[in-house]
Amino acid sequence: MTDIATMPQPVSFGRRLKRFMADRPLIPLIILLIVLVAILQVLRPGIVNERWIANTAKFAIPLAILAGCQTMTMLTGGIDLSVGTVATMSAFIMATQIVNQDPAVAFLLAMLPAVLIGLVNGIGVGVFLVHPLIMTLGTSLIGTGFLQVYQRTVIASGARIPDFLNWLGTGLTYGFPNALFLFVPVAVLIVFMLNRTGFGRLLYAVGDNERAARLSGVRYWQVITALYVLSSLLAGITGLLYIGLIKAPSLSLAEPLVLPSVAAAVIGGTSIFGGRGGYTGTIVGALILTVLTTLLTILQMPEGGRRILFGFIVLFVTAAYLRIIEDR
Amino acid sequence: MTTNPLPQSPLLDATGVAKNYGAVAALRNASLSVLPGEVHALMGANGAGKSTLVKILTGAIKADAGRILIRGQQLDVRSPAAARRAGLLPVYQEPSLIPDLDVLSNLRLTGTPVEPFRAWVRELGIPDLDIRETARHIPLAILRVLDLARALAVEPDVLLLDEMTAALPANLAEKVLAVVRRQGEAGRSVIFISHRFVEISALCDRATVLRDGATVGVVDIEPGIEERIVEMMLGTRIEKTRVAARAANEAAVAGGGRPRLSVRNLQLGTKLNDVSFDLANGEVAGVFALEGQGQDELFAALAGSIRPTGGSIDVDGAPVKFSHPSDAIQAGIAYVPGDRAEALAMQRSVRENIALPFSAAARKWGPIRMRREQVVVSSAIGRLQIDTRAQGEVQRLSGGNQQKVTIARWIAANARTILCFDATRGIDVGTKQEIYKLLRELAGQGKSVLFYTSEMEEVQRVCDRVIVIFGGRVVDTFPVEEADEAALMRAAYGLPRGARADVGILAEVKPGSSAEAAS
Repeated sequence: MTDIATMPQPVSFGRRLKRFMADRPLIPLIILLIVLVAILQVLRPGIVNERWIANTAKFAIPLAILAGCQTMTMLTGGIDLSVGTVATMSAFIMATQIVNQDPAVAFLLAMLPAVLIGLVNGIGVGVFLVHPLIMTLGTSLIGTGFLQVYQRTVIASGARIPDFLNWLGTGLTYGFPNALFLFVPVAVLIVFMLNRTGFGRLLYAVGDNERAARLSGVRYWQVITALYVLSSLLAGITGLLYIGLIKAPSLSLAEPLVLPSVAAAVIGGTSIFGGRGGYTGTIVGALILTVLTTLLTILQMPEGGRRILFGFIVLFVTAAYLRIIEDR
Repeated sequence: MTTNPLPQSPLLDATGVAKNYGAVAALRNASLSVLPGEVHALMGANGAGKSTLVKILTGAIKADAGRILIRGQQLDVRSPAAARRAGLLPVYQEPSLIPDLDVLSNLRLTGTPVEPFRAWVRELGIPDLDIRETARHIPLAILRVLDLARALAVEPDVLLLDEMTAALPANLAEKVLAVVRRQGEAGRSVIFISHRFVEISALCDRATVLRDGATVGVVDIEPGIEERIVEMMLGTRIEKTRVAARAANEAAVAGGGRPRLSVRNLQLGTKLNDVSFDLANGEVAGVFALEGQGQDELFAALAGSIRPTGGSIDVDGAPVKFSHPSDAIQAGIAYVPGDRAEALAMQRSVRENIALPFSAAARKWGPIRMRREQVVVSSAIGRLQIDTRAQGEVQRLSGGNQQKVTIARWIAANARTILCFDATRGIDVGTKQEIYKLLRELAGQGKSVLFYTSEMEEVQRVCDRVIVIFGGRVVDTFPVEEADEAALMRAAYGLPRGARADVGILAEVKPGSSAEAAS
């Protein structure tokens, strides 16, 4: 009986295709990625080879981890704009402290500002209910200021990139970038956390309906504080990876990654209003952005034109993608 | 009481007003006629159509049918501004000053003359108002008085007051009533909506009674009239009263022993006053009240959402202080709100919604044991017979199924006490029946349920006992056998049980105000 009632009317191919994609939001993203790579190959025959892929992965990984921070915070309806500063701080401190300190001590010192900034973000957003945009922007500025003060104290001693980070950032093992040794476990952990742990469930629930979560006994501030500390820790680790890749400690090292990390999460289908999204889409989003950057570089456009085009493409892709997956 | 020798023509005369929302008739045939200089009560039980009629009169919504005459002229009140120009001004229950502006800016916004406003504010018993104070920082009771003063300052012909004295402390309420009374003497009319017979007797000349969207009577206010008004509000429903037989009932009462939940002298601002009752194991206790009598606050306090200002709550004999819903849940007390949107993460699956409380505590943030969760969740789904064809997102379920999910959550969590707040509001009859049955079963297993309802017949269907709240106080408690609809309605309006018509509550009004009422 119900079969008759719900018997689908003949639907057009286009509609069925949309339905199909709506149920599997990852597929249109992967198709887009492949199309971009194909365009690249057409424009520069032979460019897509093993080396290029490894190189793309190397640059996509730091972006993808920072975009993971954005994915998690965006699921609760938040955002973390301090990830760039946190990554820069931990990278800079690591590079300068390694000169005189034991590597383990240098590492702990490098992660200290990450934990502190995460804690302040979390308490500000979770307890004092400051808007995440303002809160993380504020701590980001404060962190940058501290870093400038800190820089004066270490000018004499100089900086060095630890060999291990060099190896992790740029090294290859059997053609695979070593950064994957860091990224694969991190990605698996994030995906597992979001789907199969109580904490992950709460991120979605808090972002979807904070009041419902509260009535179910969820203490908002606990979830939010833990979330922003976790996000900051990930950003700090990304900073260490990134310094191994870029090899030039500066006071604005990871800053250019902040807005692309937000874009990658949005392109990957995570709603900035919270409650909807996931990390696998974000990873593909980060890859898309990285390939897109290569593509625009190859076109040999002036920097200004490249940025304009980049912005338009991000807007267009996001709008089109949301139209596809939100077909209900 | 108004003994007008010559028939006056009414100031406001509405006849045959009807309004449909889709298939639902909110108003079928309402009429209201207000004479000049009269204070006229508008009465009716929950859902009788009072607020719809008020909204139509003040231009907030448009009637489907009917005629509204003001001073004998046909009027098409299309907007609140048009109603205002016609001399009809409402004061609603919700304060209407814009919170972020100071009082003066609020006055300018509506073009209210300042000096008359100040005079009225003083008259209403607030001598020291700072007109530069931001509305947000003014207490609710004062805000309501300011709303009234603002309306009075423009000297409307017809003033419409919706539960004006609710949330007012006694001294302010008295001033307000005196001022309203004098409006009538000055030849202006007041439409007075209230659930309180004491006020109505002290103030009003006549009352119009609504039932099921139609005007069923217009009466003069005189001692003993309240029984007749209650009868009119109930209509023929008095006859069909019967007591439902329930097998689970006896077993439930036999539970005995220490009460599961014991509330003593609970106080919450002006909303709850000295509320005391017990909830036994294996009992479904009903709470019946008209809208806004403090039941929301009572449930919120028991659920840990707000902190009471006084009194005590004991669970299994031990005193508790809830500072967060998780404290109440820890004590086995679960709250099911009437508004499903308040309880559900709409974009998440049925399973995640049901399992939500499992992950709430920080020590349970780790990996979920998926198989065990699946078993618990599907048993709760089975118990409530939730249609899970669209379980991917709760928002795709029907209203009834959504409501079942909110209850299933606490069945899965094995909560010992469930606070059900109008949980059957707006869902289909079949689902309602299933929920009643489930609540009875829970009681049969020794669990306890506190069941607030705004529908009288539900009391008979599910409850062992009913607690009636009026004006923030428990006014009566009766076993379900005695809780016929007439008795409930009387109690809900604060009328003492067994009061005879000739010694009704109107006879007890203190001499001063009854003299005023008689004038």
